[in-house]
Amino acid sequence: MKMDMSQYLDVFLEESKEHLESLNQRLLELEKDSDNINALNEIFRAAHTLKGMSSTMGFDDLADLTHHMENVLSDLKEGILPVNSSVIDTIFRCFDRLQMIIDKIEINGSGSMDNSDLINTLENIKTGNFETAAIIEEEISISPLPAGENSSFQESFTFNEYDITILKEAISRNFKIYNVKVAIDQGCLMKSVRAFMVFKAVEEDGEIIKSLPPAHELDEGKFENDFEIFVISTATADDLEKRLGNISEISVLYIREIDINSLSTQSGSVRTNSNNNISKPSLDTPDSPRSHKAKQTVRVDIDRLDNLMNLVGELVMHKGRLEQIGFSHKISELNETMEQIDRISTDLQAVVMKVRMVPIEQVFNRFPRMVRDLARDLNKEVDFLIEGKETELDRTVIDEIGDPLVHLLRNAIDHGLESSQERLKKGKSHKGTVILRARHEGNNVYIEVEDDGGGIDTDRVIAKAVEKGILTSPNVEQISREEAIELLFHPGFSTAQNVTDISGRGVGLDVVKTKIESLSGEIFVDSKPGQGTRFKIKLPLTLAIIQALIVSVQDEIYAIPLSSVDETTMITASDIKMVQNQEVIMLRGSVLPLYRLGDLLSVPGQSDSEDMYVVVVRKAERQIGLVVDSLIGQQEIVIKSLGRLLGGIPGLAGAIVAGDGHVRLILDIITLF
Amino acid sequence: MEETLNLYFQGTYSQDDEIQVVAFNLGKEEYAVDILNVQEINRLLNITRVPRSESHIEGVLNLRGNIIPIINLHKKFNLQSEGNEEDKRIVVFQFNDLKVGIIVDEVSEVLRLGKEDIEETGKVYSSINAEHIKGIAKVNNRLLILLDLLKILES
Repeated sequence: MKMDMSQYLDVFLEESKEHLESLNQRLLELEKDSDNINALNEIFRAAHTLKGMSSTMGFDDLADLTHHMENVLSDLKEGILPVNSSVIDTIFRCFDRLQMIIDKIEINGSGSMDNSDLINTLENIKTGNFETAAIIEEEISISPLPAGENSSFQESFTFNEYDITILKEAISRNFKIYNVKVAIDQGCLMKSVRAFMVFKAVEEDGEIIKSLPPAHELDEGKFENDFEIFVISTATADDLEKRLGNISEISVLYIREIDINSLSTQSGSVRTNSNNNISKPSLDTPDSPRSHKAKQTVRVDIDRLDNLMNLVGELVMHKGRLEQIGFSHKISELNETMEQIDRISTDLQAVVMKVRMVPIEQVFNRFPRMVRDLARDLNKEVDFLIEGKETELDRTVIDEIGDPLVHLLRNAIDHGLESSQERLKKGKSHKGTVILRARHEGNNVYIEVEDDGGGIDTDRVIAKAVEKGILTSPNVEQISREEAIELLFHPGFSTAQNVTDISGRGVGLDVVKTKIESLSGEIFVDSKPGQGTRFKIKLPLTLAIIQALIVSVQDEIYAIPLSSVDETTMITASDIKMVQNQEVIMLRGSVLPLYRLGDLLSVPGQSDSEDMYVVVVRKAERQIGLVVDSLIGQQEIVIKSLGRLLGGIPGLAGAIVAGDGHVRLILDIITLF
Repeated sequence: MEETLNLYFQGTYSQDDEIQVVAFNLGKEEYAVDILNVQEINRLLNITRVPRSESHIEGVLNLRGNIIPIINLHKKFNLQSEGNEEDKRIVVFQFNDLKVGIIVDEVSEVLRLGKEDIEETGKVYSSINAEHIKGIAKVNNRLLILLDLLKILES
């Protein structure tokens, strides 16, 4: 009778990933500051939780590796071992391995992997043998039990000092420790289920530190009629007894409270003691964040959120239709109600949007490690700063933005920053700085990747472009710096002089640009020779519901996202001047190039009206005038995709279903011209 | 939408040696497609032109909140449009996640075809390239060309 754990697998995977992420982050902190006891505590906690989770799920190799990690971490914490680079490297390697195992579990459900190499290394570190630890690659030797693990509790429970550390910590958080023995009735058919229920009941306000037999054996029903668990909990013994008493087919043999002091002072042997006089161990650091209450959260399948979003979208659309009916029939009662509905649907939309927002932290968190490894590989010294990681973005954008950022960061470190010697020669600090920054501005999010390296060498860019046949040599002289930088985004362009593993694999910035444009974003480059380069990505907050300006050309109606509209103005035909075969108008002293939407989209028919409207739109920080016949109004629209067959048409961002049931197309200003 | 002819529940069961098809006219020829791929048949209403698309894309249509591309096979295969404007219909097809509408000159009927009535192509001439055709069916004195729409869409 094997307990089916598959239903917990998703939760397990998700939580493991979270713990890995925090592990990774803290590890980087620890590397920077080896005295950071908080980081060490967090790492320890993450490793410990992973161990517990994986053994519950029956992933023994994972549990084994984390167990050995825990051993070393605990010694680091206690100050028995020094925190040095070889130790941190080893833990990083363990971290990579953990990630591999978890990926493997995700792919094929099996987490078995031979970790004996790492376990050996960890063992060696623990015994103080750093030299062997650093270079160990040899094959398998059965790992001996760690020194601390031979003390016993009532010939059954074994605690090592790490468990004790956990227990101490628990006490400091006002948890109590209980030893509970439960018997299951003879003739009970599903012992594992009863055991599971006991676990559940206890874990309502506590955690099971150990069980005898181990949790996975309990799950498989591999035990006689009783089992023991060792619990930390906030509940009183009476509470626990009552709760367990509610489970049928079991009986509680005893619940004993354990005194931590006897446990630690007597070098690891645990005594049962009714004394609940609890002392605060010194482990707690004053600024540790553990005291605040965890936020209550619910995990929701992203598909359900998308579904909700779609429904809200439909609602907004039909609201528009209702408004039109009320307007054209002049029903005042309806209009009042509509105002209410309008308010509610706006709120609803805001809430749904909020729900879909995720801090960009999720993406940013994996970069410090990447930058560290990169800098090492390239032998460069890099200070990597992250700003504004709490900035929130729509989930769909978050999923897509990672790769472009990886690319830009690699570029910054590989091509942007000079080597330390070169920097010193130029009178800069030997350490290069790379800043990754995110911030909100209006309805947009800006993400910047900035380095203080050599800046873009436009001469080299131009030379390269000529070499690649992107430019023909005669017009090389007239190329401005901006135009040269623009060349970087040309498909197939890569300035890396030697192809390295890091960048210059033929995938150039054009891929980055395409990706960002597919997210309705834009990318700008700002580069000063000798001072550095800044890539700035502008992204819309959300891709689902936007404000749009509705315009008409002849019989056709189009929507222009309001985010790209600066202003609108009315002109007459006589205002239009010709400059170098290009229609322009003067707008408050500046010259604005004009494009007729009808021509751009080859709308049938000719406009003969004297008056026309100009929608001033922004493309890559340049203003352009778009001539239309009339402005219909501003409207909230729900963007729908044009589908596989019609996707990717330049100038079109999608479609909407208008109030009258017609389909209207949404213009994409960036690719329109 | 009340004009919609929904074909979902009209006995779409078929035996192995028999298929049901929707027959329609395109130009002077009569064509047929498997009824299992047909979602519904609509009048030509409110088609929005899509600028910068290929010439055989007539536009897009709102079908109960879904945006569906409408394809003009006349333009794709250089066929002359025949018959009354009144009789023109959009046949909406569904292939897995892909929904498209096709403009036809007239929908004639739903037919059962025996497998033995269907002849492999290669021998028969039609205005549409042979690779887009699954076969030819002979029913009484009529010739029906069985279209391979998925191939047409992907070409």
